[in-house]
Amino acid sequence: MRYLDKAAIENIAIGAAFLGTGGGGDPYIGKLMAISAIEKNGPVRLYSVDEIDDEDFFIPAAMMGAPSVSSEKFPNGSEFVKVFQKLAQYLGKDKIAGTYPMEAGGVNSMIPIVVAAQLGLPLVDCDGMGRAFPELQMVTFNLDGISATPMAITDEKGNIGIFETIDNKWTERLARVATVEMGASAMVSLYPTTGAQMKKSGVHHIVTLSEQIGEIISSNHRDANEKLQELLTLVSGYELFHGKIVDVIREIKGGFNLGKMNLEGIEAHKGGNMQVHFQNENLVAERDGQVVGMTPDLLCLVDYETLLPVTTESLKYGKRVRVIGLPANEKWRTEKGIQTAGPRYFGYDYDYVPIEELIKKAVADHV
Amino acid sequence: MYRIGIDVGGTNTDAIILDEHHKLIHAVKSPTSLDIKTGIETSLRNLLQESKIDKTQITHAMLGTTQCTNAIVERKKLASVGIIRLGYPATASVPPYTAWPKDMVEKLSGNYALVHGGYEYDGQVLSEVDEDEIRELLAKWREKVESIAVIGVFSSIKNDQELRVRDLIHEVYGEEYPVSCSSLIGSVGLIERENATILNAALYKVIETTTEGFVHALEEEGITDAVVYLCQNDGTLMSIDYAKQFPIFTIACGPTNSIRGASYLAQIKDTMVLDVGGTTSDIGVLQDGFPRESSVAVEVGDIRTNFRMPDIISVGLGGGSIVRVDDNGKISVGPDSVGYRISEEALVFGGSTLTATDIAVRLGMADIGDKSLVSHIEEEFALAVQAEISSIVGQAIDKMKTSSEDVQLVLVGGGSIIIPDSIRGVASMIKAENGTVANAIGASIAQISGQYEQIYIYSREPREASLKDAERKAVQQAVLAGAVSDTIELVEVEETPLAYHPENATRLRVKVVGKMS
Repeated sequence: MRYLDKAAIENIAIGAAFLGTGGGGDPYIGKLMAISAIEKNGPVRLYSVDEIDDEDFFIPAAMMGAPSVSSEKFPNGSEFVKVFQKLAQYLGKDKIAGTYPMEAGGVNSMIPIVVAAQLGLPLVDCDGMGRAFPELQMVTFNLDGISATPMAITDEKGNIGIFETIDNKWTERLARVATVEMGASAMVSLYPTTGAQMKKSGVHHIVTLSEQIGEIISSNHRDANEKLQELLTLVSGYELFHGKIVDVIREIKGGFNLGKMNLEGIEAHKGGNMQVHFQNENLVAERDGQVVGMTPDLLCLVDYETLLPVTTESLKYGKRVRVIGLPANEKWRTEKGIQTAGPRYFGYDYDYVPIEELIKKAVADHV
Repeated sequence: MYRIGIDVGGTNTDAIILDEHHKLIHAVKSPTSLDIKTGIETSLRNLLQESKIDKTQITHAMLGTTQCTNAIVERKKLASVGIIRLGYPATASVPPYTAWPKDMVEKLSGNYALVHGGYEYDGQVLSEVDEDEIRELLAKWREKVESIAVIGVFSSIKNDQELRVRDLIHEVYGEEYPVSCSSLIGSVGLIERENATILNAALYKVIETTTEGFVHALEEEGITDAVVYLCQNDGTLMSIDYAKQFPIFTIACGPTNSIRGASYLAQIKDTMVLDVGGTTSDIGVLQDGFPRESSVAVEVGDIRTNFRMPDIISVGLGGGSIVRVDDNGKISVGPDSVGYRISEEALVFGGSTLTATDIAVRLGMADIGDKSLVSHIEEEFALAVQAEISSIVGQAIDKMKTSSEDVQLVLVGGGSIIIPDSIRGVASMIKAENGTVANAIGASIAQISGQYEQIYIYSREPREASLKDAERKAVQQAVLAGAVSDTIELVEVEETPLAYHPENATRLRVKVVGKMS
């Protein structure tokens, strides 16, 4: 067990936004909410997965909706406690042992810290994605057959809904409609789990990993290349490209922010190009027409010089970025994982190939 | 018919006169005084005495000033502000002033209230405004605050609640009471817009003293019939009345004036401009004669804001930049500089510090001071320093480019003699005549603008109708700022679709520009 203070929160926010692969909400608002909460209630305890009891009960806390909405109408703060307690009550549990993040992302890595601070609960170093994904069934607990419901959803006005759905894809469909009605931004508690289930089905160590990534990015005593090497070693990643955004094409479909961006190479990649496709999160990267990274592996965009993560909402013509690819957690590389969040699910007509193999192939083709 | 333009910079206060054909009649420079006012008066006096023009023929006087920026950075002369955020029960998780520097919060008295109000992303009501709640607040604040900032959730969609609260404040505190409404200042992003609105509210005394001081200085010199304007950071002007409502828009007007002036002098509307000063250089981009705006949150005095700002890169390179060689033989130029002491410290003036200007004189690029004092510098070394300068500028230019094509560069500013003719990524370079007073020229040729931003739902209000509506509202803003309505043109349309919205909602921003009355 250790305590998370303001400095830890600053780093976790950066690291989780990096793992958020362009989605997962506005890191700035998330960070301010978490800092306000610990300034008021004191630092939050962080437990590793090994430190929790198998029989104990845990509920994650998250926000669902449009990042551009949450940068304008952000939560009251008390709804987290409300939705959390409502679900506990519905489940008939009088004791909730702790909370944890649903996904690693700008705002959703911070929400559970707010809840933990407000309720005096510990946070568990574990999440259900190891990254960010756009839909509620894209969770490692789902891969192991754990139900997303009963689920509670609420807004800042006090409306609360409980869903019990026939499967987790229905949870996604119904929750999205409710979210839009609640003002395109809602607080959710779902995937109630036992300690044993978290140990088996969660992505461990994610808060600490986020913090370590944040520490490297925010340290200012090294240059960008040194920091990058350290970062790639930490996450077993690859720098796929560096370039300037020369075009961003967006469309809104079914409540998602869909689109693609074209990058033109700079420095070592001068003359080359890259195209990155996204649906809230970055999904596929093609370098000079060849796929070099695809979902569920992570494609992270960072600022060329500061290495600060770049969200898909802030993509802008002329911005200089690096594209970094990381292997996804092994749970995503199973048959069910690929079926749930692989390229075909998102409408790309090819099979999943792990990033390590794509890189090997690209190097071989080049030689 | 003449117009006068004055630009108060960090080092110099420049003043110029243009005739009715925009021809430069005369230009003067004098040091910027600590109180700003004396420097303006001196420049104005010298300008009029040296040019001997008929003062009664002066029809317009424009001022570009750094006073608002200085007031924020130095935390001086700021008003105590009351903040009314319309958004309860939403937004309570991050109260106003979160992440602000503590000394600044104390300076502004720290009064804020989160009250009922605000809209949803699609224009539905989040909560209704409660007049009693506001009146109670005003009764409590009567002796505590001098200016009020009003911020409503999603006021960029609908701002009638903000305006109603403004009317209520006027009703209770009087018509003259300064109120800043966020919907008129910043864009979507509540915290950043709120911060900008608070700063705007805090500046009302600063802008009042500045404008009154300027008008007074003009009167002292016998200029009584001129229309007076202040420069905004988007390259347009505002009337004194408008400036009193929106002092924050004067922030960063200096670099804007320089690049606008450069464009005018070189007669090019789309170009990149490099303005070299004594310590730093600014690089900006002109698109259709106006500066490109920054798309990222900009910090002003350590406070994160999102009001419009020119997209400018500053590099620590100028005429006074100090040249050094380290133990490994690596050459560096700047970022430190001898600054205004260049006329004592640079080698060509008999000093002992090697500066970028000395290198320019050694290479015959400029004829300043005593060139025999730098003849001992090896040519090879001077060329290596020049290559370093070229590399610093080349990198900064590359960051500002939006395509890989080489750009055209207009060069202005007193320090521009240090810039070599060939820079990577630059196709052609134009050294503007009278470039040393480009900023004051930029101040005097500015036009009047109006801007409007709102989220429109195209499935309910078709795109064409939405565009027309936004344009009409922008024109109203321009007229309010002093533009002649039949000269107003549409210069910018920006459309950003909103994620998750089921009905194709788009944030539409429209900008118009017209001639001044």
